[in-house]
Amino acid sequence: MDVSNTHLLDEAVVTTTLDAIVNWGREASLWPFVFGTACCAIEFMATAASRYDISRFGAEVLRFSPRHADLLIVAGTVSYKQAPILKQIYDQMPEPKWVIAVGACASTGGFYDNYTTLQGIDEIVPVDVYVAGCPPRPEAILDAVLDIQRQLKREAKFEVRNLDFKGKLDDV
Amino acid sequence: MTSDMTMIKESQLFKTIKDAKENLGFTLLLDITAIDNLNKAHPSSTRFELVYVLRHSSFENTMIFKVAVEEPEIGVATISSLFSSADWAEREVYDQYGVNFIGHKTLKRLLNHNEFVGHPLRKDYEITKGQYCTTSQDLMDEMRPLLKERNLDLRQDNLMVVNLGPSHPASHGTIRTLAALDGEKIVAGACEIGYLHRGFEKSCENHNYNQIIPYTDRLNYCSAIMNNIAFAKTVEEMLGVTLPDRGIFIRVIVGELSRVIDHLVCLAAGLLDMGGQTNYWYLFNPRNNAYDFLSKLTGARLTNSYMRVGGMTHDLYEGWREDLADVLTKIDFGITESLKMITHNRIYNERVQDVSPVSAAQAIDYGFTGPNLRASGVAYDLRFAKPYYYYDTFDFNMVVGSVGDTYDRMMVRFDEMNESMKIIKQAVKRIPDGAINVVDRRITMPEKGCVYGGIEGMMNQFKLVVDGVKVPEGEYYGAYEAANGELGFFIVSDGSGTPYKVKVRPPSFYHMAAYPKIIENYQVADAIMTLGSLNVIAGEMDR
Repeated sequence: MDVSNTHLLDEAVVTTTLDAIVNWGREASLWPFVFGTACCAIEFMATAASRYDISRFGAEVLRFSPRHADLLIVAGTVSYKQAPILKQIYDQMPEPKWVIAVGACASTGGFYDNYTTLQGIDEIVPVDVYVAGCPPRPEAILDAVLDIQRQLKREAKFEVRNLDFKGKLDDV
Repeated sequence: MTSDMTMIKESQLFKTIKDAKENLGFTLLLDITAIDNLNKAHPSSTRFELVYVLRHSSFENTMIFKVAVEEPEIGVATISSLFSSADWAEREVYDQYGVNFIGHKTLKRLLNHNEFVGHPLRKDYEITKGQYCTTSQDLMDEMRPLLKERNLDLRQDNLMVVNLGPSHPASHGTIRTLAALDGEKIVAGACEIGYLHRGFEKSCENHNYNQIIPYTDRLNYCSAIMNNIAFAKTVEEMLGVTLPDRGIFIRVIVGELSRVIDHLVCLAAGLLDMGGQTNYWYLFNPRNNAYDFLSKLTGARLTNSYMRVGGMTHDLYEGWREDLADVLTKIDFGITESLKMITHNRIYNERVQDVSPVSAAQAIDYGFTGPNLRASGVAYDLRFAKPYYYYDTFDFNMVVGSVGDTYDRMMVRFDEMNESMKIIKQAVKRIPDGAINVVDRRITMPEKGCVYGGIEGMMNQFKLVVDGVKVPEGEYYGAYEAANGELGFFIVSDGSGTPYKVKVRPPSFYHMAAYPKIIENYQVADAIMTLGSLNVIAGEMDR
């Protein structure tokens, strides 16, 4: 387009809020970090493969460095041994960030009510969406991503989220 | 049924096992575990007993030694100088039961974290008593002696120490490898596992036999049904019952299908690690078709819980033959397309051939079983060595490699999928009509009509659900050829509906124990491929 034709730009101006435009951009470009530990990670692999195809929802750029990601998908059982690592990864992610707990174990510990399993990752990090299932079907994981997209529209632009969250490992 | 066991004295332990290995030919150490006799109605002489399970070099027979431990803090002599596989096995016993092994080089915790206090599998440790972990260990306590052995010094030799995992895309789950690098070459490696330790064995002691089935699903979650079968089969052998033929054939069909799925996931992920994304689509999509079949049959895609002690939940559905035939065609297509892309692919061949070879003798010493052992040229497959479920009547071949490198480990899996599909096709033709479950009111549930229609049926169901299947008192080791190798269950029953103790013999555990040794002198990128080809499944390894 020839920029000297300023009248064209005049016609193209849309008024909106900064929040709306930033969130519109974020919504379709979530970069997930997959903290896959167990069975649920195998179902996440299916979610990313071509049949279920997470890229239809703009979330296919899987990052394996937490510093690149804004969506933490915890897929699988997290043990007490694993908990400090989960926290470290969460802390390394830049704001704003969202967390999905995939499956019964990540949400509540599932049927591993025992000496080694963390009874839900929300003891360590704040969780935005819980997905039921053991493991959940790929459709359920996709639904969680859509849910994050819906939640994200309500965010204020550059605010740090979950400031008042206090996890079990935060003071030690 | 109970296994034959030889009681040996603490002082004779090393000598006896050495003799069994060198003179009697029991060259494969399968597993070491302990029994805590604290809650037994008739306690034996000591609180702790150790159990050593060995397999003969002809692979048909096992031998089990039992040792009474006088003082757990003093312990018994280590046998890690006889078998490499004993190294981690003894560490696990130390971690879970607190039994010492005299002379063990690195006797430290393996599955539980380093801040853990107590020994969780002791009967007086409460199952729900969790302990938070705040920091990770640096593993240098294991790395330093390794470097010293090799006459290396971090600073002088300009080495770099890097962590691979526990959260790494190519670590296939949650495995941590600490590698000392000289340039790109790994000069020493140490592994830390236990990140996915989920307390399977402790949970088993608190659930009745059929309630354990869902837990077994989550051991090797890539082939859940095989774990179901292995567990149910072991319990059935203890009960002394055999399934009707139709039940056996269903187990063969879904079991072999699970083997195919397991290998598909292993190869798809392994090839994805080296950038072969197209292979991933070709191998992963037919897996989805197989899961469609399984979810239609069992109601779940991944964790099926299809088996029960004495049979399975229900029969095959109407129209299963067509669905299964369709799945097999699609899997065959995926395998063919994937092989087309790699067979003559120079990049693939050069990256995997002659990488991390494991010789036959080494593989036995490490406790390898399954495709990884066969890749090294050892013809051991339980379906041949000790056929069960009519495997001796099926026409299929054992796939054996030659040098045991990454290439062999992957190719054995490719070919095994074809052999498994051959078995499925024969079983589909031969499957008879009739009952699928053992008809014994002490084991299997009554018909729903009887439960709702009469007091006997209702009480029968009630007792089976609440008390569980009562298994005769005894100790038994049962083995099954699962996708990754010999999956064994060592079960101690006190006669009630809840096992006194269950120990899994997980193939991946021993594969992983060898991993830091076999990646030495290869590059980091090779180590990633090696891990993929060993198909270490964290759920099964850490339990």
